[in-house]
Amino acid sequence: MFRIWRRQISSAIFLEHAKGKLATANLAAIAAARKAGGEAVGVLAVDNATSPVIEEAKKLSGLTKVILATHPNYEKLLPEVTAPLLVALQKQHGFSHWWAAHTSIGKNILPRMAGLLAQDEEGIAPVADVTEVVDGSTFVRPIYAGNAITTVKTSGSINIVTVRPTAFKLDEMATAQVPIEEYKAEPAEMLTKWESEELSKSDRPDLGAATIVVSGGRALKSADNFKLIYELADTLGAAVGASRAAVDAGYVANDLQVGQTGKVVAPKLYIAIGISGAIQHVAGMKDSKTIIAINKDPDAPIFQFADYGLVGDLFTILPELTKKLKQQ
Amino acid sequence: TLMTKPFRIFVACKRVIDYAVRVRVKPDGSGVETTNVKHSMNPFDEIALEESLKLREKLGGPTVKEIVAVSCGPKQCQEILRTALAKGADRAIHVDCKEENVQPMLVSKILEKLIRREEDVGIVLLGKQAIDDDSNQTGQILAGMLNWPQQTFASAVSVDGDRLVVTREIETGLETVSAPMPAIVTTDLRLNVPRYATLQNIMKAKSKKIQEETLESLGIKFTATIHATKTSEPQKRKAGVMVQDVEELFNKVKSLK
Repeated sequence: MFRIWRRQISSAIFLEHAKGKLATANLAAIAAARKAGGEAVGVLAVDNATSPVIEEAKKLSGLTKVILATHPNYEKLLPEVTAPLLVALQKQHGFSHWWAAHTSIGKNILPRMAGLLAQDEEGIAPVADVTEVVDGSTFVRPIYAGNAITTVKTSGSINIVTVRPTAFKLDEMATAQVPIEEYKAEPAEMLTKWESEELSKSDRPDLGAATIVVSGGRALKSADNFKLIYELADTLGAAVGASRAAVDAGYVANDLQVGQTGKVVAPKLYIAIGISGAIQHVAGMKDSKTIIAINKDPDAPIFQFADYGLVGDLFTILPELTKKLKQQ
Repeated sequence: TLMTKPFRIFVACKRVIDYAVRVRVKPDGSGVETTNVKHSMNPFDEIALEESLKLREKLGGPTVKEIVAVSCGPKQCQEILRTALAKGADRAIHVDCKEENVQPMLVSKILEKLIRREEDVGIVLLGKQAIDDDSNQTGQILAGMLNWPQQTFASAVSVDGDRLVVTREIETGLETVSAPMPAIVTTDLRLNVPRYATLQNIMKAKSKKIQEETLESLGIKFTATIHATKTSEPQKRKAGVMVQDVEELFNKVKSLK
């Protein structure tokens, strides 16, 4: 008689945080884990036991429990100390799946974890930027800047998956009290030293989570002219984005770049202004619900993706549009 | 600060479909069309190569002993390596994997083998992602395998004694980290602007030898654990409409916000 052995799914979700706040993108990782089925355990590494993120983590109702590791070395979630922690927890618990958001933190840590595990075990290839979980070993992900969609099946012993934050929604956010289980952490050597940061300051909504995004491109011509974009964005309560050309020209900071290699956004409304619509930019915004494009070139590729387009000079259109919106 | 001990730089160069090509999905869903399509060096790897050349210019010839370019994949990868040699790499290694889809785990294993058998590798530079599979994994997997520090998404790199100082592009801005060498660095777009190879150097590079290796010669057994079962076109957006003036645009925005 044949017996089909199906391994029980048990997921660990790496919970990222910064500046005492859990990242919203964690919710996508939890939602993806729940889609695969089985228990879903959060893994939280913090620098001290009074960190406010511990209280936030207790309210993540998609989780069965949270494993908490506390040590000063975890402050910046550097991969050289965080990945070995995940490996230690894997050895202790034997999870079938690891999940994290495909963000600068998640994509820095999970592949390193796979590399560490590959030292002793075969077949731990990680899967990146997943947009759909079909089942525990079947995932959908975009390739070639989103110009092709591929379905992959994994046959490894552990699935290590980073998920696209805009592709998954966690509906239930109840006031559940998720139990916390403390893990006595003995962190690995701090191979890397964190030196400093230069964060962009903005009162506008977070680009990755905003419901409206107003983006500017090269046609803005200067950093100074970008104020036209800010004014429209502020009138709409929108986040501001940019094309690579605008970032490279120094009009705005790098963290506003939308595209294949920048941020991927999927707001309710995306307004592209003075952006031609290169493949690499479109990769970061084409899943927006509605796209509006303003460009003086009627043949700009962006109009092939826009639901509504207006051909004209942005320097006359923008002030007029902002004025009308302010007046209403 | 300490004097830097002389070191080698390894640069990983992937051959990919040129960034400007609009790829076509094969009708049978087996992948994307790659025959008779223009291929080039992955743009992020060009930046990695450029940074190795800049580091040598800055630190001096004796400090950067050698720049070694590596590419894994079919025979045509040697064209990419010729470009690397023409731009200034000293030596090139081609690892013939035959497989069409060279996965990050396989490439990491190959690079690990090559690096372990060399002496004095101080820095391994890789692009942060390949623009075909968009994985953003190889540098990090390799760093884990070697247990070396990793400095990903670099927008500035400098050497301070025996430490590498790297500014990284993160979601909220920039951060700077430092680590002792040897270390892995993956490059972001704003690190530098790659140079062009001069005709003279392209001609010279033709006579440089490319060392050929295979998985067998490196003693690597690899079983892929990720298998693409279907590749399809992304969902098409329905055709949009053009509005005639700002008034009409305003009405649309008002109704949508």
